[in-house]
Amino acid sequence: MARGPVRRTRDGGFQLRLSANERDVLRQLPQQLRTLIEAEDPATDPAVARLYPPAYLDDPIRNLEYERLAGDDLTSQRLAAIDRMASTLDAERLTEDDVLAWLGVLNDLRLVLGTRLDVTEETTEDDFPAGDPRAEAFALYAYLTYVVDAIVGALSAAT
Amino acid sequence: MTETITAPAEVERPIDEDVPRPALPWIVIVWNDPINLMSYVTWVFQKLFGYPRAKAEKLMMDVHTKGKAVVSSGTREKAEFDVARLHAHGLWATMQQDA
Repeated sequence: MARGPVRRTRDGGFQLRLSANERDVLRQLPQQLRTLIEAEDPATDPAVARLYPPAYLDDPIRNLEYERLAGDDLTSQRLAAIDRMASTLDAERLTEDDVLAWLGVLNDLRLVLGTRLDVTEETTEDDFPAGDPRAEAFALYAYLTYVVDAIVGALSAAT
Repeated sequence: MTETITAPAEVERPIDEDVPRPALPWIVIVWNDPINLMSYVTWVFQKLFGYPRAKAEKLMMDVHTKGKAVVSSGTREKAEFDVARLHAHGLWATMQQDA
């Protein structure tokens, strides 16, 4: 538990142990998510649509209403998380609100990448052999899986 | 969901049908997806609904093994609020009137 990249500290904060390479990878991500959710129309990009699911299975009228009411809130929450992660990228210590923002951004990106890569519960790196143009995206997806799981573990751990 | 932990579970979550109600309640359903981590889904259920870890894990396993689980219920307004919070956390949630 203690050796993971994210650890809860006694004062209620969190300590981040990330290499310079990891920080460089993570540094790109808030802006990438911002570009996606500001530029892409969910109606035309299934990976972005995954971040804005319908609330009703068989009721397009009510879904329109839900999207009108909830859509802007979802976007503003995401942009706030993006800003907070971007402003704490080099921090060694994070508050719980910072960690929640990181988790939100990184999980959203997992959803986007996973949808683009059409992953299943059985997908492994063997499905993307060397030379496959999707291999790099899957490597990032796998790294995000590792970080998200570590953050959840730290959040779930007792102080 | 992607498995990073394993937890045994074979549990049923009965929906109350005993008391007549003035109006049918709305139920919030979370559907299985291949991306969200099992640990993450459990944590979201604890955080959003205040469920104890055991209950959150049982609901997560229902989602994982049965494809879906009812995670909350109430008025339409409450259900829509819960759905929006689940969507903000990237879970695939829908709502419907309990039949």
